[in-house]
Amino acid sequence: MSTAIEHSTYNYKVVRQFAIMTVVWGIVGMLVGVWIAAQLAWPLLNFDLPWTSFGRLRPLHTNAVIFAFGGSALFATSYYVVQRTCQVRLISDKLAAFTFWGWQLVIVLAAITLPLGLTQGKEYAELIWPIDLLIAVVWVSYAAVFIGTIYKRKTSHIYVANWFFAAFILTVAVLHIVNSMQLPTSLTHSYSIYAGATDAMVQWWYGHNAVGFFLTAGFLGMMYYFVPKQAERPVYSYRLSIVHFWALICVYMWAGPHHLHYTALPDWAQSVGMVMSLILLAPSWGGMINGMMTLSGAWHKLRTDPILRFLVVSLSFYGMSTFEGPMMSIKTVNALSHYTDWTVGHVHAGALGWVAMISIGSVYHMIPRLFGKKDMHSVDLINVHFWLSTVGTVLYITSMWVNGIMQGLMWRAVNADGTLMYTFIESVEASHPGFIVRWLGGVLWLTGMLIMAYNVYMTVSSKASEKAAAQTA
Amino acid sequence: MDINVFRGLMSVVLLFAFLGIIAWAYSKKQKKSFDEAANLPFADEAENDDPNLDASSSLENKKHD
Ligand code: HEM
Ligand code: HEM
Repeated sequence: MSTAIEHSTYNYKVVRQFAIMTVVWGIVGMLVGVWIAAQLAWPLLNFDLPWTSFGRLRPLHTNAVIFAFGGSALFATSYYVVQRTCQVRLISDKLAAFTFWGWQLVIVLAAITLPLGLTQGKEYAELIWPIDLLIAVVWVSYAAVFIGTIYKRKTSHIYVANWFFAAFILTVAVLHIVNSMQLPTSLTHSYSIYAGATDAMVQWWYGHNAVGFFLTAGFLGMMYYFVPKQAERPVYSYRLSIVHFWALICVYMWAGPHHLHYTALPDWAQSVGMVMSLILLAPSWGGMINGMMTLSGAWHKLRTDPILRFLVVSLSFYGMSTFEGPMMSIKTVNALSHYTDWTVGHVHAGALGWVAMISIGSVYHMIPRLFGKKDMHSVDLINVHFWLSTVGTVLYITSMWVNGIMQGLMWRAVNADGTLMYTFIESVEASHPGFIVRWLGGVLWLTGMLIMAYNVYMTVSSKASEKAAAQTA
Repeated sequence: MDINVFRGLMSVVLLFAFLGIIAWAYSKKQKKSFDEAANLPFADEAENDDPNLDASSSLENKKHD
């Protein structure tokens, strides 16, 4: 890494660090994903040890993929995009370095505490309060670096990608701080200051907006920069992007109750959540169409450019999951889908198809530029990676659709006398083939990530292009 | 104020805010500045100090029409 030439204006060091860690944490997080997928198919793999049991590894998986892999991708791309579209260096190299090392420390602490069973028990906010404090400090520093850089920009406009990144950073700060309000009872234990249904509502206001802003808005920021860049043409409609931004930001906040259908949450709040989720289809698809149409007149590039393929297919999966989501928000549909593998399939249509694929496309775009190389070591290997990911995602979501609908139908089936037709364990047994197919999809994904790591390593360490780059430096 | 009146008013305010944003975004006056903004991802290439990095995209001010 140290061999790369320093850019005269931009701070590429921190971007490089985060870009490399995106690949590393992607492999780690997906390895744990493959492991827990295998546990569901073959429970033997729990090894009868508390530290390797499914219940402890599952949050390790979600934290590793969302915050370590997705988070590193977001840090890398946001720092890269904000510098290049504002044409200035990050406002502070020291603070940027602090966000890198601070974030890595958070991840390492998560990887230690979660297998030990130390958790707050809030989904996607499992980490115990001392780590929450560290996250808050790192995140506020991130906001300072990012917004400070926009503030001292040399361009008159703030490019739309930066709006999405800024909204993501600010909202996540608010979400994290509000949802993490705790009364500590010891170094590793605390109680939420909210009680009962209020706690549930706050948790899913957090949880849903973590999806909306961490897993969506930030990645839309990536889309608005890397799709035009890779397609070599400006975004289809800048006006639409502005309407997209405001509509998405305003609507997302209110959709959280769809995670709490048929619970103690007041009925009216559930209905608001459902209606807002249906409305959410419009801005989501507006954004997707804007990204897709950017390729108009450049569709032929898809034939030769696997990086562009990653970006465009990620948009298709985004469109698919944001269609599926509003459908699942309809209370009668949710009555079937809730608690089943359908939700897990929906999650991964978004997480693998959208979040992971757009991140990977963006990292492939950045790596040669960050390290002063002409191209990735092997474009063919990117293509192989693309197909492994696409087939892996399809295997994952189709097996979960089948499992989910089957589970939902089995659980609600009743005999004429009103007793349940199936025991729970019968539905688990029936899910076994689906679990294996999902595991297979995960293995394909993991293989793709390992190929990516090799390709990145070869690109970064290649001597030949180093010389070429040195000549032009 | 009754909470339901407040909710109704909020909806109206938000509706107008939304229409306002659309009117603003699609007004003729903004066209030029939006075109400039849309080309920002390509703007730092012209004066780029490391030409090899983006040699592939020398296209300036491409537009969708
Ligand atoms: C190799 C790829 C992956 C595999 C094999 C995999 C596997 C799994 C498994 C087995 C579960 C538990 C499901 C259950 O409890 O029934 C899970 C949950 C989850 N995974 Fe993954 N995963 C992968 C990649 C990812 C990625 C890249 C992300 C995010 C960017 C992600 C986000 C999540 C989330 C959010 C959950 C919790 C879902 C829920 O609570 O409904 N996964 N994953
Ligand atoms: C218009 C957009 C969307 C809507 C309306 C929506 C709606 C929903 C609904 C109804 C559920 C099931 C709640 C339940 O029964 O427990 C759900 C779960 C979930 N969705 Fe979405 N979704 C959308 C987009 C996305 C995207 C793009 C992603 C990922 C990148 C995503 C990630 C998740 C996750 C992680 C969960 C599982 C939460 C949990 O229970 O652990 N969603 N979504």
